Amino acid sequence: MKNLRNIVKTGLMGIALLLFVSCNSTEEKKIIDFAKIQVQGTMDAELTSPPFVPAPVGDRAAKKLIVNMEILEQEGTMTDGVKYVYWTFGGSVPGSFIRTRVGDEVEFTLSNHPDNKLPHNIDLHAVTGPGGGATSSFVAPGHEKTFSFKTLNPGLYVYHCATAPVGMHIANGMYGLILVEPEGGLPKVDKEYYIMQGDFYTKGENGEPGLQPFDMQKAVDEDADYVVFNGKVGALTGDNAITANVGETVRLYVGNGGPNLTSSFHVIGEIFDNVHIEGGSLLNKNVQTTSIPAGGAAIVDFKVDVPGTFIIVDHAIFRAFNKGALGMLKVTGEENKQLYSGVKQEGIYHPEGGTIQTMPNGEAKKEVNLNKTLAEKVASGKQIYTKTCFACHQANGEGIANAFPPLAKSDYLNADVKRAIDIVLNGKTGEITVNGAKYNSIMTKQTLTDDEIADVLTYVYNSWGNNKTNVDASMVSEVKNTH
Amino acid sequence: MKTILRLTICVLFFWTANANCQSKMVSIKGATYTPLYGRDSLQVTIADFYMDVYPVTNEEFLQFVSENPIWKRSKVKKLFADATYLIKWKSDTALNENQSLKAPVTNVSWFAANDYCESQGKRLPTVDEWEYVAMANEKLPDARTLKKYNEYILSWYEKPKTFNNEIGSTFKNYWGVYDLHGLVWEWTLDFNSVLVSGESRKDVDNDSNLFCGSAAIGATDLMNYAAFMRYAIRGSVKAKYTMNNLGFRCVKD
Repeated sequence: MKNLRNIVKTGLMGIALLLFVSCNSTEEKKIIDFAKIQVQGTMDAELTSPPFVPAPVGDRAAKKLIVNMEILEQEGTMTDGVKYVYWTFGGSVPGSFIRTRVGDEVEFTLSNHPDNKLPHNIDLHAVTGPGGGATSSFVAPGHEKTFSFKTLNPGLYVYHCATAPVGMHIANGMYGLILVEPEGGLPKVDKEYYIMQGDFYTKGENGEPGLQPFDMQKAVDEDADYVVFNGKVGALTGDNAITANVGETVRLYVGNGGPNLTSSFHVIGEIFDNVHIEGGSLLNKNVQTTSIPAGGAAIVDFKVDVPGTFIIVDHAIFRAFNKGALGMLKVTGEENKQLYSGVKQEGIYHPEGGTIQTMPNGEAKKEVNLNKTLAEKVASGKQIYTKTCFACHQANGEGIANAFPPLAKSDYLNADVKRAIDIVLNGKTGEITVNGAKYNSIMTKQTLTDDEIADVLTYVYNSWGNNKTNVDASMVSEVKNTH
Repeated sequence: MKTILRLTICVLFFWTANANCQSKMVSIKGATYTPLYGRDSLQVTIADFYMDVYPVTNEEFLQFVSENPIWKRSKVKKLFADATYLIKWKSDTALNENQSLKAPVTNVSWFAANDYCESQGKRLPTVDEWEYVAMANEKLPDARTLKKYNEYILSWYEKPKTFNNEIGSTFKNYWGVYDLHGLVWEWTLDFNSVLVSGESRKDVDNDSNLFCGSAAIGATDLMNYAAFMRYAIRGSVKAKYTMNNLGFRCVKD
């Protein structure tokens, strides 16, 4: 009797299981259906370089989409004064953004420029097939290969080169994003941008000028000299900042090319309303920092409610302020005092600039280059400024209201050059008044040589409406010795 | 007057130097070694042979083309050279202004290179022979474990347009051979015997044993990276391909 009951029980469970399974199989069918979408017509894909993305797919039907991508090995700028030979898809790092919809049949032609030295290929994570296309796209310099694939899964996907040595190809910038929009497209937003993080390994330390070769050992040790958005320091700051107006919704397609580091992607002063976790279909809401693995992506969107500059960072924060992973979103429009009072400073960090900070007794490096012209000093000073001062005092010396005093047309600066030298040498704490506004902040002592201090101050004094003082190294050592 | 004299001496000196470096060969003493891609079980034995000191130059190839018109750019069969064959030359028999007679000839197919060597009573080196000579630096016959040696090779990948440089512009190695690294890629007789599928990560478990798993997995080793590049380029070409960065030299038994 008991046995019978057990059998019935098992039977019922079996039926329930069957029902469950059949339920599941209808789900599966729906997914398989993407493969059966018929394409209607042919179109050339619009490809864009970062930070821009092509127009949304909207409600267009699935099509045969022609993508032509050229591989270029070319010299570029990592940061002021530092050159690097990038290997690129389409001439930019990250490579051109490809926008498709689910069911598209992509006909992909990969061309390898004749002047290139190396064979390359492409592995698109959006491809269902061996190697993600890498097997079919391996192409020698001066040649091209064509293959095609159907987009089966909506989401944001990384593509990258997968030619040996894979790590080196990726470390030199060979990655980008391909978006597969769902049927009918993603919900409409006002602004869309393309950001991709990458880590770089150079023979010289961060900031060492000249053409810097790739350093394999540092890459193996995961000891990055630069961690940047869109291939270089400053690709998204100053005049290159991305923009929006108050009240608009901004969507960022964020990828991480790696090769090594996971990104803790964060926008200072914003909360992501929606995050497509890992670029897939799962939505998370009200997110502060989203994790983006190497070879992964995320789609984030948020409404910008108040004006100001919002700093985009990898919140592994030394990467942001010392290695370059820093971008800007500039929002213009009406203030909303109810949402943001304006008296507190933006973010809670003390951005320190790229130069390593030391305690006052640290030993200064000695290197002197006499007989520099004013133009040479200004040029060298500008590089030092970008590396050391820029994070707080900003690109045009405008500073940040209530936090970091301006250097542009600064009465405090122009009044006393020795005081300015002293502040760079020894740092400054406490309240000061600059152009009528009170500041109470901390500036740390900067580890710069006398020569570098002279150059950077000469640059500052000869920019932005200041009094054109020409500071030389002897003035710096004089101030140093009076202490 | 003095200047003219000096100039003449210079020119004379240049001529003799040129005459010397044309098709000059050095002898290479054979041995058994483990190739870059290899494991201990995959030792290769090289017999004694002679190798060209320099890659074949534009000047030498111009001469060859004028003697063998079937290799003129306008005459060459599509089967034996693709559309970029000698594309940088001004015409069938002349260089462009920006090209040097002393630069290595590039944009030549394997068929053309092979024929050139045969016309000289020589042949192309095998991959194993080429790699054997190329593992030397200035001082050592096998410098592959030295960081500097590998860095030198890797740094070439970052120097643009080295195919315009003249022969002899890199270092003279242990055997007296120049330019194996740092100038151009070079054709080998059996370039396609190493099967790189194009999907480098798959090759990790390929049992084609020329590309063994341990080398790819233990890729912390700089020497593997430098070597991978050469195998990758060889794996990416076909015999009719020509490239801006691909030249050749000959050997003789």
